[in-house]
Amino acid sequence: MDNEIHSLLANIWFFIIGLMLFLYVVLDGFDLGVGVLSIFTRNDKHRAIMMTSLESIWDANETWLVLLGGALFGAFPLVYAIALQSLYVPVMVMLFALIFRGVAFEFSHHARNTVPWNLAFGYSSLLASLAQGIAFGGLISGLGLIESDHQGNVWGWFTPFSALVALGVVTGYTLLGATYLMMKTEGAIQRISIRQSHAAAVVEIIILIAVVIWASRSDHYFAARWADSETGYYMNFFLILAAFALFMLMRALRRRFEVMAFFWSVIITLASFTAVTIGCYPYMIPASITLTQAASSSRTLIFMLSTIGLLIPVMLVYSGYQYLVFRGKVQMDEHTD
Amino acid sequence: MEILQDPVILSRLQFAVTAMFHILWPLTTVGLSLILVVFEFLWLKTRDVDNYRHARFWSRLFLLNFSVGVISGIPLEFEFGTNWSRFSMVTGEFFGNILGYEGAMAFMLEAGFLGIMLFGWMRVPPFIHLLATGMVALGASFSAFWILVANSWMQTPAGIHMENNRVVVDSYFEAIFNKNMPWGVLHMWFACLVTSLFVIGGLSAWYLLKRRNTDFFLKSFKLALIGAIFVVPIQISLGHGSGREVFENQPAKGAAIEAHWTTNQEGKGAAWNLLTWPNQTEQKNDWAISIPNGLSLLATGDQRGQVQGLTSFPKADQPTAIALIFYSFRIMVACGIAFLGLMLWTLAAWLKGQLSSGSVCNNRLLLRAWIASIPLGYLATECGWIVREVGRQPWVIYGLLRTRDAASTLPVSVVAVSLIAFVVIYSILFILFLIFAARIIRKGPDLTLMPPS
Ligand code: HDD
Ligand code: HEM
Ligand code: HEM
Repeated sequence: MDNEIHSLLANIWFFIIGLMLFLYVVLDGFDLGVGVLSIFTRNDKHRAIMMTSLESIWDANETWLVLLGGALFGAFPLVYAIALQSLYVPVMVMLFALIFRGVAFEFSHHARNTVPWNLAFGYSSLLASLAQGIAFGGLISGLGLIESDHQGNVWGWFTPFSALVALGVVTGYTLLGATYLMMKTEGAIQRISIRQSHAAAVVEIIILIAVVIWASRSDHYFAARWADSETGYYMNFFLILAAFALFMLMRALRRRFEVMAFFWSVIITLASFTAVTIGCYPYMIPASITLTQAASSSRTLIFMLSTIGLLIPVMLVYSGYQYLVFRGKVQMDEHTD
Repeated sequence: MEILQDPVILSRLQFAVTAMFHILWPLTTVGLSLILVVFEFLWLKTRDVDNYRHARFWSRLFLLNFSVGVISGIPLEFEFGTNWSRFSMVTGEFFGNILGYEGAMAFMLEAGFLGIMLFGWMRVPPFIHLLATGMVALGASFSAFWILVANSWMQTPAGIHMENNRVVVDSYFEAIFNKNMPWGVLHMWFACLVTSLFVIGGLSAWYLLKRRNTDFFLKSFKLALIGAIFVVPIQISLGHGSGREVFENQPAKGAAIEAHWTTNQEGKGAAWNLLTWPNQTEQKNDWAISIPNGLSLLATGDQRGQVQGLTSFPKADQPTAIALIFYSFRIMVACGIAFLGLMLWTLAAWLKGQLSSGSVCNNRLLLRAWIASIPLGYLATECGWIVREVGRQPWVIYGLLRTRDAASTLPVSVVAVSLIAFVVIYSILFILFLIFAARIIRKGPDLTLMPPS
């Protein structure tokens, strides 16, 4: 009985952590994606519009990462500890990239020469996305942990597979960013964003197919899950959903459905993310640490649920309100200091 | 250097560098956001446009400061896992939970209203804007609360027991309201207020000295003074209370703060060392200038009270770097006394009518002293944290977990590289911040700005 409750609580928290990660990936994803796209623009005015489109929300978006970190630390301390230690290098790279990116927003207003800050904004967005992608790839392929003592080596994440996943993540972010810009801008920059969305979607298809083929033939844990008829069924369902969303996205781009294009890129993200999660379940670090092993005691999980869990809807409401206040196309004129 | 070959030492250095850099920014985020609420409230109440312009002017500095605060906070949150993974495994159940609260209650609240506060002046009605500013201020103070709950629990752990080398919580109430918590939270929160008030006051004094917009900055100068009259004495008494609490619950730290080596005999008071040079190898002070019975009086409130000395602890349980702790403490106290003196001096000048808009600019020495006080709050805070954290050594959780047993197993090379990167990047950011802040200050407020109707 106790064990059942504990396992239920652990699963609830697994879901909440997944939700936070998904929210982070979508919100900071389009944020980072806009940064990546800014590398490709030579037009200062366009870049200014791009940065303004994020100005009022980037901090809120990034804060989901902070919340995710805290919640993971409290609910699954073992995973927090082992994963972060093993991912020391990509995590540090991501942190340094986020530092430059964060200050670039503010410093570029004050600097006489804005070129270095524009570069910092673009390339640190790229670097942060790559680091997140490769960390994610490393995590789902098990971090090269040695089962007995969980003492991974700090380079366990560094595999060709995680590099491929990293490319997929960068492309996914770019796609989210391009469709976000399509929604927030008009005129020339919107036309460019539509073209970029197209390109990103095509690359994303190729990478998704490559990842699927690779994963199914590897000795990764999820290859076995896939072969299993029941879980395989769900995984296939979400992969097909991703494919369908890609198709709908292309259609929305052709017909210039501004909001729908962004919507379908979110669905692509959701579907691929869910498929991977099902593939790893019940492991949090595949093949070595399950979610019940890693979870805190029931008492802590309940305590966290009754506070953080209840606050999640509240957070969603006021975060949503902030988006609502700044809805519509980016306006440069009202922009004060 | 041999110690630089040790990944644990490097992780400690890295944590010290990143935490001490981070804390610079919350000081003004927490304090200034409250001051902004006051200005905005005064504007809505009195409809005096100057208050609106004050809010707009100081929020420019606030934004610059906030950005650096956020980006330097995120590494800290992840360092517990990257560099202190054994600490995280042992304490996650309580400590991680508290960090989670901080995220859910404080950071999300701050971030969720920050955009409206800074960029939403023309998009929402003034009342909603005040609410947004209030939420940002509330979030900042919540974050100070929760992080100090976590940290004070590391000083005086309570409400838990150990099971399979992991912390299990018995009572959340006891763990959150541990003995050090009220002192830690309040002393830190007031440090934010003190620092921000003297930053605002000092910058206003600079404009007054330059005779720029005298009437405008006289308002903020007086506001800072009025704030200081209340806050400085409270901060000093909170410091005294913290000290008492330390002697009671972390006697080794207390003894280190005062370089007090041997426990005084019954019936004889312990002397208070004003200045000294502690010698850890010989377990005594090389020399000392001291006041008889002073320590007994300060630490216990009784002239003859007994105060445990460092030698009553095994060497392995004594904090190292006694001199650092001893002098950091004295610098902090000196800053507190300096604030008090400056506050009283200015109050006297005010009562003598020297702070009217015609005459305030003539008090050149007084205004210079305010300008000089700008860095003192930061200095006191850094010193306070050194006392608190270095004084807790060799424990990371006092009496439960040693720092050495809390670290990740990492190769020296990766920690060394990240440490150097932090030092370089943070130095650059610090210099750039000063340059950009100076630009904002030199440019001054926009006195033509009209509020949204
Ligand atoms: C006085 C209170 C105080 C103290 C002691 C600390 N912080 Fe802090 N922190 C804040 C007060 C604050 C703040 C006022 O809430 C900040 C500062 C500037 C800001 O933008 O928010 C912040 C930002 C901030 C952020 C970014 C939040 C966001 O994305 O919005 C993180 C992750 C942390 N902090 C984490 C930490 C950790 C792990 C600390 C301990 C080692 C720590 N802080 C010490
Ligand atoms: C909740 C807040 C904090 C927590 C949980 C925390 C925790 C830690 C940890 C785990 C270490 C490494 C182990 C050690 O060497 O002691 C450390 C060291 C240190 N921290 Fe903190 N810290 C906090 C806040 C701060 C802040 C805000 C500062 C300063 C501004 C600070 C200053 C230091 C210093 C100077 C060290 C180095 C001590 C030494 O190595 O001897 N800490 N702290
Ligand atoms: C003048 C009288 C003061 C006394 C007697 C005093 C005493 C203390 C003591 C004993 C500690 C260590 C607490 C611990 O380790 O648990 C401490 C910490 C600290 N002090 Fe002070 N202090 C004084 C003034 C100030 C001032 C003026 C500031 C800043 C404006 C300040 C900022 C801090 C901070 C930030 C800490 C570390 C965090 C905390 O304990 O809350 N102190 N102080």
